Amino acid sequence: MNAPAANLETPDAFRADLRAWLEEHFPASLRGHPRLLGGHDALHGPAEDHARWKAAMADAGYGAPRWPVAYGGAGLNAQQADILAEELERIGAFSPIAGLGLMMLGPTLLEYGTEEQKLRHLPPIARGELSWCQGFSEPGAGSDLASLRLRCEDAGDHWLLNGQKIWTSYAHLADWCFCLVRTDTTVKHLGISFLLIDMRTPGIEARPIKLINGVSHFCETFFNDVRVPKDGLVGEVNHGWTIAKRLLQHERSGLSAQRGAKAKTHDLVELAGRYLPADETDLRGRLADHLLQDHAYRLTLERRAAEAEAGMTPSTPLSVLKNIGSDVAQARAELAMELTGLNGLGWAGEPYSPLELELTSHWLYSKCFSIYGGSYEVQNNITARRELGLPA
Amino acid sequence: MILTEEQQMLRDAAQGWVSERAPVAALRSLRREHAALGHDPALYREMAEMGWTGIAVPEADGGFGFGLAGAGVVAEQLGRNLVGSPLLTTSVVVAGAIELAGNAAQKQQWLPAIVAGEARAALAIDEGNRHDPAGIALAAAAQDGAWVLSGSKQAVFEGPAADLFVIVARVAGQPGDETGLALFLCPADTPGLTVTAMEQIDSRGCARLDLAEVRLPADALLGEAGNAWPVLTEVLDRGRAVLSAEMLGSAQQAFETTLEYLRTRIQFDQPIGSFQALQHRAAYLIGQLELTRSAVIGALRAMDQGAADRARLVSLAKAMAGKTLRKIAQETVQLHGGIGMTDEHDAGLYLKRAQVADMTWGNEAFHRQRYARLAGL
Ligand SMILES: Cc1cc2nc3c(=O)[nH]c(=O)nc-3n(C[C@H](O)[C@H](O)[C@H](O)COP(=O)(O)OP(=O)(O)OC[C@H]3O[C@@H](n4cnc5c(N)ncnc54)[C@H](O)[C@@H]3O)c2cc1C
Repeated sequence: MNAPAANLETPDAFRADLRAWLEEHFPASLRGHPRLLGGHDALHGPAEDHARWKAAMADAGYGAPRWPVAYGGAGLNAQQADILAEELERIGAFSPIAGLGLMMLGPTLLEYGTEEQKLRHLPPIARGELSWCQGFSEPGAGSDLASLRLRCEDAGDHWLLNGQKIWTSYAHLADWCFCLVRTDTTVKHLGISFLLIDMRTPGIEARPIKLINGVSHFCETFFNDVRVPKDGLVGEVNHGWTIAKRLLQHERSGLSAQRGAKAKTHDLVELAGRYLPADETDLRGRLADHLLQDHAYRLTLERRAAEAEAGMTPSTPLSVLKNIGSDVAQARAELAMELTGLNGLGWAGEPYSPLELELTSHWLYSKCFSIYGGSYEVQNNITARRELGLPA
Repeated sequence: MILTEEQQMLRDAAQGWVSERAPVAALRSLRREHAALGHDPALYREMAEMGWTGIAVPEADGGFGFGLAGAGVVAEQLGRNLVGSPLLTTSVVVAGAIELAGNAAQKQQWLPAIVAGEARAALAIDEGNRHDPAGIALAAAAQDGAWVLSGSKQAVFEGPAADLFVIVARVAGQPGDETGLALFLCPADTPGLTVTAMEQIDSRGCARLDLAEVRLPADALLGEAGNAWPVLTEVLDRGRAVLSAEMLGSAQQAFETTLEYLRTRIQFDQPIGSFQALQHRAAYLIGQLELTRSAVIGALRAMDQGAADRARLVSLAKAMAGKTLRKIAQETVQLHGGIGMTDEHDAGLYLKRAQVADMTWGNEAFHRQRYARLAGL
């Protein structure tokens, strides 16, 4: 059958058709597969089933359910997109399409891209065919992102790039990069432009950097006389900062939603059943405390989504949400470590179980949740100054 | 609660040696070259040459009689650079067990070798995923004038390098009973004993022990069968007190590294240390560090004096050290931003060591509860 169309009369009709469609297309072998987060996640289960599932979802436009059909989406409204998420969750399915292109660049291009840029770049993102990395941070420009220096000169029929980015996640695997570059060195914010760069362009070198959990996920990315076609520019020259700020909002709301998602391996109640002696009260109390915080956080995400759907400005600022999200996720990882105890100290090998090793690696990794996407401290500054109006 | 002149000299010597011979870079090469052992034997020989292997061993037993206070001074300096070695388990814990419970022959057999740095030793106690000194199931049965031990031990701290284990076994009762325990001296090459190195996040030595009907002679029994609890508690508390001193050193170093970064990292055209949000974090951490230092010194002193409330002070020190080191290590990563997440930077090494040290011989929660019990709560 065909995927249910966005113009179905009632939500119930949409849900019923969707169920039947999922029944036919979601491979049972992938049931319970963890959600994909980065777009470069490890896949478990038969590769051909993953390919089949991805093709079905891409054909239906469900990778980017709310994007217009012309750009590879399904053109669903917010309620229908919710129903899609619920139905996927209900049967233990997941969206096979993820990554920075989908979460950050897509929504930004919908707003700021030319028609040509949208038609060229959005469909491959929605189909999960091309992956993107984010070239924002530099060694001297982290929290103070606008001090970035990657030099971009107008060389007539192309842009010429020289300089360096750092912490570029998956730059060594990505097909494309959305990048902030300096086009005017005499002013700070008004000298920045937003550029789309093919990572296979000569002169780009991405060197992976090892993280504290031993995984190489981000890179130092060097640009040496890199020529970028003129049509790679998004928006006006020197006006990239506004676009970047918008993109960062999409990043923060995407990250906040990820933190609220229940990860199967990190279900603390289940872990407690396995690792916590019945008479342990100290840790049990702190686990309960965390569950309250986590639950209230997920309700806040829900309330925020309802407000957005109703066309209201969400009452919980994104900067508040992002920090609570990273707090909750980091606390969850810490508590999991305390639950596994001595079994949670393993780096590799026996007698640690794969789950224990994964929890430990995740605990180390989770420390970056309060660093990337705007650090904890920077979010608090935004909350205090911009949201609460406290004097600078 | 201040250092004597003798202790100051010890500290200065330790500080000099650690910064010259055992920088954090040494831990990185350790990860490659002595991964299974968990320490560099050449460095251990140098420690022995400086007398550290006998530092807490009484003079009557051939040691140098500096007490736990002396051992703590050295441990704090080692902790600064995350120097892992069997010094603590050998010269404080196992030597302590032999000193307290051993007969003349046992002392003669092992203490001189320990002081000389020739024998390295570890305490094999925990069997499950949490520290539980009474939860011993590993059984020892008397058989034709010998002992037969069967069972396994997990996460034996500094186990891979040990020539000698003190094994806590059960001769009577049920796991959970404080009575019915016994300590056995078991050389690492005893038939039936298998030592398997476990690869830990902090690269420190850690092993699993499997005992398949290990036969030990009658004179392997250390102290009285069934009555090991008081000695076990005492030597664990010695180990915990000195480990707390080590953790204090790690916390102090991570804090100083972070302060230095706050002074030098520029964002928004100013050192990030000029932002009040970060100044307040540093101010909070120095407070925790000061409390931890008092608790550690208090615990070492109480142990040396045999004070009636020494167990409570040790739990205070270990709980505080665990909490402070973990907090400071986390802040070290956070306040360094992206660079703090890289393997190349030291921040992650402190974070990993903090987790392991906290879990060793009872984590913050374990000692908080023990403290409450001992306080009569
Ligand atoms: C795992 C990971 C993945 C990443 N992926 C990407 C990516 O794909 N693309 C990309 O462009 N970047 C990426 N980043 C970089 C990330 O965005 C930066 O690390 C972040 O912006 C912080 O910058 P910094 O590391 O330079 O730290 P700094 O800005 O130097 O901050 C150091 C410390 O100072 C604090 N601080 C800074 N300014 C203030 C202030 N005004 N008030 C109070 N405190 C302050 C910070 O909060 C932090 O604790 C990634 C980072 C990590 C850890």
